Amino acid sequence: MKPRPEPVQVIKQRRDAALQRLVTSVPYIQFLGIQFDRRGDELTAVLPFADKLIGNPMLPAIHGGVTAAFLEVTAIIELAWATLWEDMENGQGADFQLGDAPIRLPKTIDFSVDYLRSGLPRDAYARARINRSGRRYASVHVEAWQDNRSRLFAQATGHFLMPSRDG
Amino acid sequence: MTDDLQARRERLARQFIESLPHARDLGMQLQVLNAGSAEISMAYDPRLIGDPETGVIHGGAVSALMDTCGGAAVMSHPAAVQGTATLDLRIDYMRPATPGQTIVARAECYHVTRSVAFVRATATDDDTSRPVATATAAFTVENPPVKSGAPK
Repeated sequence: MKPRPEPVQVIKQRRDAALQRLVTSVPYIQFLGIQFDRRGDELTAVLPFADKLIGNPMLPAIHGGVTAAFLEVTAIIELAWATLWEDMENGQGADFQLGDAPIRLPKTIDFSVDYLRSGLPRDAYARARINRSGRRYASVHVEAWQDNRSRLFAQATGHFLMPSRDG
Repeated sequence: MTDDLQARRERLARQFIESLPHARDLGMQLQVLNAGSAEISMAYDPRLIGDPETGVIHGGAVSALMDTCGGAAVMSHPAAVQGTATLDLRIDYMRPATPGQTIVARAECYHVTRSVAFVRATATDDDTSRPVATATAAFTVENPPVKSGAPK
């Protein structure tokens, strides 16, 4: 007989705890105030607007460096999350233990940001798409928008070195 | 153009960079500003750590440093750019910056057209012989200069 499926709250709690641990482990994500919204395995990064994120006070506009950082954070968390998700879903299931094992993050090889409009003093959102993820290298595309999903204010492509999965 | 004018331009560029809230928040210090080139430092700060295992600064903070430094180089260029915004920025990460060390970015605005400024930049830590990262960027040129003698 097939085992009964786990209660939905248990699954949700496990996934949220795993995501939370990943995100809070990085001081720079806290520094910028980036949060992650999860729907199933899909993540949306949220950057709530703050005065300290302003680049040009005359406009005012979000600093280009903040935009780049926001996109890079989104890409790295998406990659790490995809690995974590796989571990949670495959094989381990209910036996999955977060534990205190160090979180090993992918390392950026290169990152190329395309600024499409100036970032307004409003909250920003971003989603990453993993275009290719091999054992060693991954290529990720990220899109960021503010009020309107179809009007991107920036997009980026980056290459990452994946952490080795053994040891 | 007189040296006086260039000195004034560099002073304005310095004021502009030092007024950026995010640059201040990251503790950036404008070290050198010349015609079309700039050097900005960013001291090590645990708040900027990207890899909790190693204490290495997040690439995003290095991007912000490179972007600010690139903008400074554009603003100080003799082409008298009134304002600028990043069009694109590509960063290559050569190695992790050593935790605890200040990161210094040096940017050069090597070409300016009526609408675009081209920049390259390098970031190093204490070991200046091995760059931490390099960047190439394109910036917008706001209020393009009117050539002297051109009809109004």
